[in-house]
Amino acid sequence: MKHTTQICTFGVCGHLFGLEVEHVQEVIRFHEMARVPLACDQIEGLINLRGQIVTAIDLRRRFGLPPRDPGDLPMNVVLTPHHGSVSLLVDDIGDVLELDAQQLERPPATLDPAFQDLIRGVYKLDGRLLLVLDSMRTIDLSLSDAA
Amino acid sequence: MLESDEEQNELIQEFLVECYEGLDKLDQDLLTLEEDPGNVEILSGIFRTFHTIKGTAGFLAYHKLESVAHAAENLLSKLRDGELSMNTGRADALLKTVDTLRAILGSIESHRLEGDEDCTELLDNLKRLQQADQDGFLSSGTTAAPTAEARPIAPAGQAPEAAMVDGSVEAVETAGGFGPIGDEPVAIGPLDAPAPCPADAPLADSAEAEAAPTLAQAPEAIAAAAAARRSSLPPSVAAARAQTAAVPPPDATPAAQTAPPTQTAPAPIPAASAAEATGGANAATPAAARANKPNAVDTSIRVDVHLLDSIMNLVGELVLTRNQIMQHTASDPTSALSTTSQRLNLITSDLQEGVMKTRMQPIRNVWNKFPRVVRDLTASCGKRATLVMEGEDTELDRTILEAIKDPLTHMVRNSVDHGLESVEDRVAAGKPAEGTLKLRAYHEGGQVNLELTDDGRGIDIDRVKEKAIERGLLTREKAARLGEREALQLIFLPGFSTAEKVTNVSGRGVGMDVVRTNIEKIGGQVDIQSVRGAGTTLRIKIPLTLAIIPALLVSVDGCRFAIPQVNLIELVRIEGSRAADAIEDVHGAPVYRLRGNLLPLVDLRSELELPQRLDAEGVEERSINIVVLQAEDRQYGLVVDAVNDTEEIVVKPLSQQIRDIPVYAGATILGDGRVALILDAIGIAKRGRVLGEHAATRAVAESESTVARRSDVETLLLLDLDDKRAAIPLSSVSRLEEIRVDRIEASGDFLVTQYRDRIMPLIWLDATRGHPRLDEDDPEARLQVVVHVAGEQCVGLVVDRIHDIVDAQVLVERQTKRRDTLGSAVVQGRVTDLLDVSGIVGRALPGLAEIPRRGTEVHAS
Repeated sequence: MKHTTQICTFGVCGHLFGLEVEHVQEVIRFHEMARVPLACDQIEGLINLRGQIVTAIDLRRRFGLPPRDPGDLPMNVVLTPHHGSVSLLVDDIGDVLELDAQQLERPPATLDPAFQDLIRGVYKLDGRLLLVLDSMRTIDLSLSDAA
Repeated sequence: MLESDEEQNELIQEFLVECYEGLDKLDQDLLTLEEDPGNVEILSGIFRTFHTIKGTAGFLAYHKLESVAHAAENLLSKLRDGELSMNTGRADALLKTVDTLRAILGSIESHRLEGDEDCTELLDNLKRLQQADQDGFLSSGTTAAPTAEARPIAPAGQAPEAAMVDGSVEAVETAGGFGPIGDEPVAIGPLDAPAPCPADAPLADSAEAEAAPTLAQAPEAIAAAAAARRSSLPPSVAAARAQTAAVPPPDATPAAQTAPPTQTAPAPIPAASAAEATGGANAATPAAARANKPNAVDTSIRVDVHLLDSIMNLVGELVLTRNQIMQHTASDPTSALSTTSQRLNLITSDLQEGVMKTRMQPIRNVWNKFPRVVRDLTASCGKRATLVMEGEDTELDRTILEAIKDPLTHMVRNSVDHGLESVEDRVAAGKPAEGTLKLRAYHEGGQVNLELTDDGRGIDIDRVKEKAIERGLLTREKAARLGEREALQLIFLPGFSTAEKVTNVSGRGVGMDVVRTNIEKIGGQVDIQSVRGAGTTLRIKIPLTLAIIPALLVSVDGCRFAIPQVNLIELVRIEGSRAADAIEDVHGAPVYRLRGNLLPLVDLRSELELPQRLDAEGVEERSINIVVLQAEDRQYGLVVDAVNDTEEIVVKPLSQQIRDIPVYAGATILGDGRVALILDAIGIAKRGRVLGEHAATRAVAESESTVARRSDVETLLLLDLDDKRAAIPLSSVSRLEEIRVDRIEASGDFLVTQYRDRIMPLIWLDATRGHPRLDEDDPEARLQVVVHVAGEQCVGLVVDRIHDIVDAQVLVERQTKRRDTLGSAVVQGRVTDLLDVSGIVGRALPGLAEIPRRGTEVHAS
C-alpha cells in the first residue's frame, strides 16, 4: 500500500523546502514585527498573531544563506502549538504536494553541512530537490549555529 | 466579644462549606468504591476527607462529629491497608456515616450545636464492621430485610425523591444510605398511613428507575409523610410542596419543609424511633430551618483556580482588543461605532473588575492566625502585646495572598521577638507594659500597602552597622558613609541578624532577606523605618494583581519597550542646553546628580547593543530622558530615547528561543496591536553592572582586601588642585555639589553659600592660592564643591575639578608629615596627597560653632 504524505513547500533563497502539513498551523503574509535586541540574529522579531505572541525565525539566517533584499517581504509559516509559538520566515510559499513517504531519501552526504543537521530527508522531484525540514531541530536555536 | 463571635461564625461557615463539599464527593466516591473495591486512589481520597472533617471538627470542639468521623476513619484505614475488603455492609455503614455527619452539620449550621441525636448505634456498627469479614456479611445480611420490606411502600415514599429527578444523582445515592439501617417494625409502621400523594405516582415511577438504593429511601420519606399528615396541611399539599421544594438541600428531606420546624420535630418521633436511627429526622430538622435562609452551599461555590486563570487571560485579551478598538474609533468621535465602543469600554472595564474580584480575598484570611501567633510568642518570651488590625477587608489577588503569607508571619514573629521589649524594660522606659503591634492594610495608587508597626525599642542603627561589619557584609569605611535609611536596608542582607541570642523564634540570620526576596518576587517592595526607642514600621507595597499590570512605554531606536510601573521611581528629562554636561563620568561609569545623589546611569541603547544614534541634531542639543528605576535595593537611571505613555499590559511569556535573555521579563501586545518586550529592571541593572554579580564580586574583593589590610586601603576621591593631584578619603565626603558663583555670599571672614536651608562656609582647598578668586565676569560659572559634614555643620571644600573615585593603598609618611596632609598614595601612577580634611576645616574655621544658621540675619560685607 502506498503511504502518502502531504508536504507544505516553500522557497528560501532558491532552495525548495518542505514541512509535513501536520506541523504547520497556518501560512500568513508578512506581519509587522517587534525586534528583539540581544537575541540571536536568526530571530527576526515577535509577531502578534491574533493575540498570541509568535517568535519569527528567519530561515535564511538559520541556514546561513545571504539575507533577502530589504524590499522583499517574507511570508510566515506558523508552526503548530507544540513547537511553542514559532513561525518560520520564508521567501515564498509553494504548493502542498502529495508524496509517497517511501520516496523520502536520506539527505545526500554532499549537502551543505549547515543544512545537514536540520534536514530530515530529501524528495527527488522533477528537476529539483525538496528538502524536508526537521521541525523541532529547526526551531531549536541552540543546535548548530548555522549562521 | 461580638467580634470574636463573628469570627467564630465565619470560621464555622467556612468549615461547613468545606464539609458539605467533602460529603457530596464522598457519596459519589463511596459508590464508586463499592463497585471497584480495589481502587486505592478513591479509597485514600475518602480517607482524607473523613480525616479532614475529623481534624477540623476536633479543632472547633464538635466532639460528636469528630467521633463519628473518627470511627469511619478507623474502618477506612483497615480497608486501605487491605485488612478488610469493601462490601455492601461496609459501604452502607459509611454512607450512613455521611448522612449522620450531614445531619450534625445541618444542626450546627442552624443553631451552632451538634444536636442531640444518638450516634451510638452507628458507632457500634462501624466498630463491628472493623472485625473480620464474616461479621461484615452478617451485618449486610440483616440489612437486606428492611430493604425488602420497604419495597411495597416505595411509590409513596418516593414522592420527595421523584421531585429530585433533575439529575441530582448524589442526592439519591445519599438517600440510599438510610435504608439498611432502618429497622423493620418502624419502616413498616407507616405503611398503613393513607398514601399521601396520589398525584406523585407517575413521578415516582420514573424515579423507580433509580432502582435499589432509592428504595431504601422509604423509611425516611414515610417519616416525612407522617409529619405532613400530622401537620395541619392536607397531605396532597404537603406532597406537592415536597415536590416543589426539592431543590438545594438534596438530602431527601424536603417534605419536612411543609411544617414549621416546631411541629416537624415532634411529629416523626412516634412514628419512627427508626427515623432517629436512620438520621432522617435529624436531617429533617435542620432542613426545615434551612428553608428560611440560603444554605451555605448555595451562596458560595468553589471554582478551580486554573479556570479563573484562563478566564482572567481571556479578559486580558479582551482588554487589549478593547484598547485597539478605542484607538481606531478615537479619530471619529461622532460615529455610531464610537458610541458602541464606548459601551464596550465600560463593559470590559466592569468585566475586568468583576473577574479580578473573583480572585480577590480579604487579607483577613491571612491575618486571622496572627492573634494566636502573637499570643503564643509573647507568652514564650515573657512579653505582653496586643495586636491591632486595621483594614482587614482589604482584598488581594489570591496568588498574592498566598505569596505574602509566610513573609508576613515572619515579620510578625520578628516584631514580637526583636521589636518589643520585655515588660520590665518597657516600664523602665516609661512605656505601657503592654506593647502594641499594629497591622494595617490599605489601597494606595493601585497598590496595596501593608504596614506592621510596633512600639518597641526600634532598631539600633549603630549596632546594625557593627553587625554588618562583623559579618563581613561591608567595610567600616562604607558603613561610616551609610545614611540611616541605607543602614536600615542592611537587615535585608542574607545572613544578617542583630539578635544577641538565637531564639527558637528568630535570630538565625535567615529571614528578612527571604522576606524581601519573596515580596519582590511578586513585584512588591519592602521598606523599613525605625525610630530608636519608639518603634519600627515595616511597609510592604504589593500590586493588586499580577495578571494585568500598569507599565510605562519607552522607546529606543524605534523599538518600544514596557517597564512595569512597580519598578518605576521617577522620570527625569534634561533639556538640550543642560544635557551636555549633566552626565558625568566617575571611574568610567556615567552618573547623574539627582538632587545631590549620584545616580548610576545605564544606557538602554548600548545595553541592547543597538546602533548609536545618528540624527542630524548635534549631540549637545539633544535632551536626555532618564527613567529612574528601582532594582533590589538600588536605584539607577535608564537612559532612553523617548518616554511614550503608560498602558495596562498583560504579561505573556517569551518563547523558548528568547527566554534566556535576562533583560526581558516577557512580552505584551500594545493597544495598537504591536508587540513590545517587557524590560526586567533587575536584569538590565545586572547587565549594566549597576547591580549583581559584577557588583558582588567587587564587594567580595573589597572585603577581602579590607580584611587583609584594613588600615591602609582607602576609597579616595581624587581631586585636581591647580596642577597637583590630591585626594580626600571618601568617608569624609558627604556629597558633591556644583555651586554657582553668584550664589556665594560673604559672612564675616567667610565666603558662604546657602545649602539645604543652612549656611555653608566655603573653604578653598588650594592653600597656595591664598585668597579665593571669583570670576566676576561670569555669574553662571560653577564651583566644584565637596561637602563635608563636621558635627552638625556642613562645610564646602572648593576644588578645581573632581576627578575620580578609586581604591588605593595609602602610604603614611610619618616623618615628613606636612600640615594639611595625612599622607600620600600612588594613585594611577601619580603621587597624590591625602588631605587631612578635619585638620583643614578645624584650622580654617576655628569658630565653627559660631557660624550663624539660617534665620539669623546675614550681613554681606
